[in-house]
Amino acid sequence: MTSTEAPARPTPPRTGARTVRPSGPPRRPHRSRTNLTLGESRTARVLALAVLAVAALVWLLPMAWAVLTAFKSEQDASNPLRWVWPEHGFTLQGFRSVWERGDLPLWMLNSLLISAAVTVITVLVSAMAGYAFSRTVFAGRRGLFALTIAAVLVPPQILIVPWFQQMLTLHLLDTYWAVILPQTVAPVMVFILKKHFDSLPRELEEAARIDGAGHWRIFWSVLLPLSRPMLAAVAIFVFIGAWNNFLWPFVSTSDPALMTLPVGITSVKDAYGVQYAQTMSSAVLAALPLVVVFVFFQRHIVKSVATTGLGGQ
Amino acid sequence: MSSPLARPRALAVRRLFSPGLLFALPFLALFAVFMLWPLGQGLWMSVTDASLSAHAPSFIGADNFTEAFKDAEMWRALGHTVWFTAISTVPLVVVALGMALLVHTGLPGQWVWRLAFFAPYLLPVGVVGLLWLWLYQPDLGLYNHLLDKLGLGRLAWLSDESVAMWAIALTTLWWTVGFNFLLYLAALQSIPDPLYEAAAIDGAGAWRRLWSITLPQLSRITLVITVLQILASLKVFDQVYLLTKGGPNNSTRPVVEYVYDVGFTGYRLGYASAISYIFFALVVLASAVQFAVLRRREK
Repeated sequence: MTSTEAPARPTPPRTGARTVRPSGPPRRPHRSRTNLTLGESRTARVLALAVLAVAALVWLLPMAWAVLTAFKSEQDASNPLRWVWPEHGFTLQGFRSVWERGDLPLWMLNSLLISAAVTVITVLVSAMAGYAFSRTVFAGRRGLFALTIAAVLVPPQILIVPWFQQMLTLHLLDTYWAVILPQTVAPVMVFILKKHFDSLPRELEEAARIDGAGHWRIFWSVLLPLSRPMLAAVAIFVFIGAWNNFLWPFVSTSDPALMTLPVGITSVKDAYGVQYAQTMSSAVLAALPLVVVFVFFQRHIVKSVATTGLGGQ
Repeated sequence: MSSPLARPRALAVRRLFSPGLLFALPFLALFAVFMLWPLGQGLWMSVTDASLSAHAPSFIGADNFTEAFKDAEMWRALGHTVWFTAISTVPLVVVALGMALLVHTGLPGQWVWRLAFFAPYLLPVGVVGLLWLWLYQPDLGLYNHLLDKLGLGRLAWLSDESVAMWAIALTTLWWTVGFNFLLYLAALQSIPDPLYEAAAIDGAGAWRRLWSITLPQLSRITLVITVLQILASLKVFDQVYLLTKGGPNNSTRPVVEYVYDVGFTGYRLGYASAISYIFFALVVLASAVQFAVLRRREK
């Protein structure tokens, strides 16, 4: 396996050809792959397909059920005898009442603002640090990088108490900044980006330097544009992480107007009691943004796992 | 990078404010303020009686730690964390591997499979909580309904002490297996084709190729995924809190939730910090063991 992790990124044409189906004739590369792993047997193919279909069904069932319920009336949603098809037909009532309460759109906006801020700050700051650790020399560089790597071990969960105390001291509790700032410290991303910059050829910046470019220009106009796939991959992970983060936003906000989606949505259940249709409508609405993003960018997301080698390192 | 601080005459100063350091500075500043300082402060709080009430904390030495070591609830919570890690890690690795192997065979419908297995990972935990609370509902829930149909009898998924932790692990498997699945998929795609071609020429069948090529090629990533999964499972809190609030009878309360309870509902920040550090020690220990294993394998 050691030989396979390195080529994951520096050989674009090859991985590209294999992992990504271009929009043209799609079947070709897969035929050969099929033969290579499954063999020629038709039975094996059918069997594998059956197992796959059952597994996918089991995995999709909870979501399908939630979507189905979201479109039911409250009456039907709590009728155990009509668990698939409703007696009174499907309705948008659940969605309407959830939307009209007005909290959900607000929480989505909060989540979007907070996750976007976390992503922009984290990616920029981590890329700069990665550049510094990879391409420059300064006093204490090795020590600081070692410290950064060591910090990967620190579970954020153990920091909630001191973070809370800190935000209390800084009078930031119940502000966006309280939620955002602690999440921007991502030693893993610094490490990944440092490794990435290490892998880029030095000739590029030497050429730029001869042309009189300084560090900032080299970083901003030479290395960053070359790193777009890697930056996108890192950004995706940071964004999903921030979007789904629960514990810290939960601890650091008590004002419902500042709650993020994962935190706010859990208060819906208590507010509605046993109104399952409404609860599921809110769950569906809350889930929608990232699922839509994934449907559109899934090839990119899958590739980004390979690109960052998250786990591969 | 002509910083006003970089006086040309003082070489030491210039070295200190070299462009490299300036580039690292924004990260280092955030790192110091929101990682190193809180780490230090947490350690300090753990030897004080700091609380959420107004009085100033005073130094009490190792009292918090001696109390913690005698605290049966803490040991119980630590036990739950370890138990959850044990019963979640194995399926999260094995199921992910199985899914990736099946999807990788190049059967039709690639994007559907990928979407099916990965989509739950994209759900915010709040949504996962709402959804599974309802799936596990004793009277109206889908799973009891299915059990009924199969004639297997119902389960009190979240209110039976002997079932609740398994139910949480099941939810976790459904929710997060997609990430490991993607890691496996990426690893599978990087196995060089010639290996298979050579084996095919030698007449190796499909099983033979799976056992002799695919799985050995995946052994490293399997180890890495396992390591990451153990560390992730040790930190469990969200889904437990949302599904059972640690109940019934605190039988599913993990250590992170105990920290939260002690600190934010019991107001004892000092004691909560001490428990945080005991938990941290556990994580460091687990990492050290895994690191040693990884290193041994590298050789």
